[in-house]
Amino acid sequence: MVSSRENSSNPARIPALGLRVLVLIIVSILLMYIDNRENHLDAVRKSIGAAVYPVRVVVDAPVRFWSWLGESTTSRNDMELELGRLRAEKLLTNARLQRFTALEAENARLRALLDARARVRDQVRVAEIMSVDANPYDHSLVINVGSQDGAFDGQALVDAEGVVGQVIETGLMTSQAMLISDSDHALPVEVNRNGLRTIVVGTGEIDRLDLPFVVNNADIRAGDLLVTSGLGGAFPSGYPVAVVETVTRLPQEPYASVTARPAASLGQVREVMLIWSKPLAENVPDDEDVPDE
Amino acid sequence: MNRDRSSRRLPVIMTLILGLMLTIMPLPDAAGPFRPDWLALLIIFWTMQLPRTWSVGTAWVIGIILDVSQGTLLGQHALALAIIAFTTVRFHLLMRVFPQLQLTATVFAMLALYQFLLFWINGVASVDAPAVAYWGPVITGTLVWPILYIFLSGVRYRTRSGG
Repeated sequence: MVSSRENSSNPARIPALGLRVLVLIIVSILLMYIDNRENHLDAVRKSIGAAVYPVRVVVDAPVRFWSWLGESTTSRNDMELELGRLRAEKLLTNARLQRFTALEAENARLRALLDARARVRDQVRVAEIMSVDANPYDHSLVINVGSQDGAFDGQALVDAEGVVGQVIETGLMTSQAMLISDSDHALPVEVNRNGLRTIVVGTGEIDRLDLPFVVNNADIRAGDLLVTSGLGGAFPSGYPVAVVETVTRLPQEPYASVTARPAASLGQVREVMLIWSKPLAENVPDDEDVPDE
Repeated sequence: MNRDRSSRRLPVIMTLILGLMLTIMPLPDAAGPFRPDWLALLIIFWTMQLPRTWSVGTAWVIGIILDVSQGTLLGQHALALAIIAFTTVRFHLLMRVFPQLQLTATVFAMLALYQFLLFWINGVASVDAPAVAYWGPVITGTLVWPILYIFLSGVRYRTRSGG
């Protein structure tokens, strides 16, 4: 290894090269085996991940700078237009929210009547996406919230329109999340119109989801909104997931072929919200407090 | 002597960090599968040129970093890169005298081997991926190799005369 003759074209073999590569191959296979079976290597991943963090920040800097530049050089005219639009939108939202408050009160009353436990309020925190498609083999992204902010494995990720995915690996300052469009991802949902429960599976395509387990005579049609049912345990219930696009009933098959389009714009998100469906006792994020549906 | 060696290593480390940046840089969805394997190309170049300083050990460590930053199976890229480095060291004298066209063809074969190893490990671990994620980087990697070669040769000779 140590040699100052590295530039000379000495035909001598590098000492013990074959042995070294053999040892490394065995170590790699062992690592992969352990990594695939158990989560014993989380600590290793986290510490190496922390070492890579500065590189991520540097890589992310130009993108951040560009958006900052875009924001700070918008013309006054554009800003005023934007402001007007936002004011109108706020008015609309407020009006809706008023109705919502009344509905929530009514809901609580009815639930009390039914002797059901009042639903917990969800806590959210905005996270920024640091890099998308970190890994070409699956649909995942890296966000700038890690275990020191209270993120945990399996945590739900939503954007303004609907569910984006879930955290699969928390680092100290960053986490990796899997999108619902990943072909390894499945999510229990229900049809908002009639409460029909089913499962949404990712296809590997960013704008298409599959519903493989809908029976032929089920009451489902194009345009139906699918919301999380909360039955999987990972996701809080009531968040929009997708809109049914096509329903093809196949008489010869037990299940109909149903596809849906994700409600969230999975390919374009820059900010996502992490959801704590149970109030955190010790580590409450201070951003916002949005009630569950 | 020590200072001399570290000043010779620094540029290589800089190119490797640059390669890591290019690897984790966000790209549009359509271009994602065609991102060249920058680190594999860098490993091929540096182990070919300086096989006593940069060989399988370095490649393995870089592979582990790559695994962590991409969230793949820990050891997957490490194994593939170590084998690429081993092959390169074995044939480095031959590769140094190859004309550029033949060298590019060799690099194509190496990148194909690299992607095949990743594909094979994915298969064993039952990770599903579209085929373009495998052959895309091989093609773009081969295309950028001649340019990268000129750039890295520049880096190498500058540091040798400077160091």
